[in-house]
Amino acid sequence: MGLRKFVDKIKPTFSEGGKLSFLHSTFEGFETFLFVPNTTTSKGAHIRDCNDIKRVMITVVVALLPALLFGMYNIGYQAGIEGIWPAFWFGLLEMLPMIIVSYVVGLSIEFAFAQKRKHEINEGFLVTGLLIPMVMPVSVPLWIVALSTAFAVVIGKEVFGGTGMNVFNPALLARAFAFFAYTPQMSGEAVWYADAKTGATALEQLATTGGMEWSVLDAFIGLIPGSAGETSTAAILIGAAILLFTGVASWRIMLSVFVGGLAFGYLFDAVGLTTYPAYYHLLVGGFAFGAVFMATDPVTSAQTNCGKWIYGFMVGALAVLIRVINPAYPEGMMLSILFMNALAPLIDYFVVERNIARRKKLIKNVK
Amino acid sequence: MSKNIKLCKGLDIKLVGKAQAVVENAPMAKSYAVSPLDYENVTPKLLVKVGDKVEVGTALFFDKKDPRILFTSPVSGTVSAINRGEKRKLLNVAIEPDQAQSVKELKVVNAAEANRSEIVEMLLESGLWTRIVERPYGVIANPDATPKAIFVSAFDSAPLAPDYNFILKEEKAAIEAGMALLARLTDGKLHLSARKGDEGFMSSIKGVEYHTFSGKHPVGNVGVQIHHIDRIAKGDIVWTVNIQDVAIIGRFVMTGKLDMTKIIAVAGSEAQKACYKRIISGASIESIVGKVASNVRIISGDVLTGSKSAADGYIAMNANMLSLIPEGDVYELLGWAMPRFHRFSVSRAYFSWLCPKKEYKLDTNLNGGERPFVVTGLYENYLPMDVYVSYLLKAILVKDLDKMENLGIYEVLPEDLALCEFVDPSKIEMQQIVRDGINLMIKES
Repeated sequence: MGLRKFVDKIKPTFSEGGKLSFLHSTFEGFETFLFVPNTTTSKGAHIRDCNDIKRVMITVVVALLPALLFGMYNIGYQAGIEGIWPAFWFGLLEMLPMIIVSYVVGLSIEFAFAQKRKHEINEGFLVTGLLIPMVMPVSVPLWIVALSTAFAVVIGKEVFGGTGMNVFNPALLARAFAFFAYTPQMSGEAVWYADAKTGATALEQLATTGGMEWSVLDAFIGLIPGSAGETSTAAILIGAAILLFTGVASWRIMLSVFVGGLAFGYLFDAVGLTTYPAYYHLLVGGFAFGAVFMATDPVTSAQTNCGKWIYGFMVGALAVLIRVINPAYPEGMMLSILFMNALAPLIDYFVVERNIARRKKLIKNVK
Repeated sequence: MSKNIKLCKGLDIKLVGKAQAVVENAPMAKSYAVSPLDYENVTPKLLVKVGDKVEVGTALFFDKKDPRILFTSPVSGTVSAINRGEKRKLLNVAIEPDQAQSVKELKVVNAAEANRSEIVEMLLESGLWTRIVERPYGVIANPDATPKAIFVSAFDSAPLAPDYNFILKEEKAAIEAGMALLARLTDGKLHLSARKGDEGFMSSIKGVEYHTFSGKHPVGNVGVQIHHIDRIAKGDIVWTVNIQDVAIIGRFVMTGKLDMTKIIAVAGSEAQKACYKRIISGASIESIVGKVASNVRIISGDVLTGSKSAADGYIAMNANMLSLIPEGDVYELLGWAMPRFHRFSVSRAYFSWLCPKKEYKLDTNLNGGERPFVVTGLYENYLPMDVYVSYLLKAILVKDLDKMENLGIYEVLPEDLALCEFVDPSKIEMQQIVRDGINLMIKES
């Protein structure tokens, strides 16, 4: 294979002692992207499952595609552009710069840290880098995307030790950073549209008037204003199906988020705090997107099976609680997931303590 | 008879190259070797030098920590080499066998009449004591301890594992004699576990607490069985013995002569002929499988837990099979993005789930790079124990002894986490981590 020969030829340049050895991790990242390495097992099990983190992450990216592609179309549709392809093209041109900025900024930081720590590059940012533009308002300036990506990667992830060690979901942290640091650019009625149009989102309408101008079907398909990834519950469900079938995301978390949201939705509806049916919560805003792609992040969610049920339920319930009780901030999903990210280790602690207690009880039984 | 114990968790990895039910006699090897590295936590001290004549049962070295624990020669002949590695670490003692095969006169006592200390002494002197494994930690049993129970698993569920019912079909009397002897070593019960529906004569062995298990690998691991029969709590000591070793012990007490002959499975896609071979423990690899191509991994034991052997090396004393699989030191273009129909994965991100009956020819490629812990909830599906795998591993990594104890270090051996290691997309060396954790516990206790 010619390509393999080429890689082998340039490899010494990037290896220890080579001219470009300061780019070692970057080279390795690209090399392992092109070729699964020839590393063989040295200790432990001699054979290994062919699944690796690259495959896990790429599966999530594939699952994100339906929502991303529909979101692009919807950007054009919301801007009033006629026809499927012109609308999609319009949205593509809006989204592409954001995606490129997020990947370039995030991956550069990741590469630099990997080089410094002499680690291999982790694939986690392949997902994060796509999630960030998908949860940002459409008209957000690119420098805010760049800044919040940098914040999320450095403060959210690398200071904790990188992929696998972070407490908060990096993509949501980027969104939260942008929201609280640049509130004027991130809120108001204009941010959800790519053109001069302004208008309240379905969520805002529900919070203020108790109804929305779109039909339930429109909200389900996703023909409502919002950030690119979150509007289409239908496209998100396709992604959810992929994640659940491949077993990449936890069905326990996904299911329990929806259950938690519905339960509190019904509760508030029953006591008269809201005037719309509970399932509206699942269709509008970032609820479905958060439940499927954000809450299920294995690193920042609860890690024990029992903990996952509690964590998921609380995410859903808190999201609806914030939406209904706090009129100043109509979207509760982001804060709810971030809050539960912080609590997840505590939930796991109690679950693991029960395991420990069972083991200690054994000693008493014997004596 | 007790109730069948059914385990839902686990995985049977189907590989090409299962041993056919034929037993061939391997020729007498040119060389045999006994290695202290086949045992955990042994500090060897030599008793022989090159050129010494030895008989079957002559002690070659002992464990410095307990000089009563002797490692004896499986054959008679001349000590041909004492192989050392870095820092003069003893790798093995090699013996060139002679024609006569004389057996050392060892004192043999009657299991029913002798007192316990005489039995212990007999096993120590013959070197058969090293076949008794102690848990926690999976080390050679402490002769001064009395275990709360002894466990024997009558089947192996690992990929391509030998069928003990087939290997031992003519050894019933020896197994009964061995079991009767083991029963004398504990005040508690002697447990024997067989696979439900494939019990052979195991159900008719007397004097044991008999159990049946059904489920997928690692259901045959004695550690998993202990967990479901009588869990190990802090302070407990239990012993385990491999079923073929029970037969060897039984043969010894019946005939009064030490005979280290056993039948092993030769299996795997690269085995010229996958079948059973009758060998003497410690035989050279070459005498068992002949010349092996350089791109073949030879494993003493099964593909999940065995140790890598060189083509000019020896089969481990405790191995009951040799696995031969292709080395995987090749690059694969965009492998992680490909459908990879020829490879196996438990994840449905690949397609092995489409053909559950297919037998795979798997190589030794790691199939990715090592990453931090990312996925959750996966490992627990492959360890049928009440143990939180990633929490235990993390406790070991940070050397937190209390947490290791609380999270179950006494209950597991590296072999029990082999499947978790196999399925892990982060490619974390779990068996090594557990081994390090156990060694740390031994050092600190």
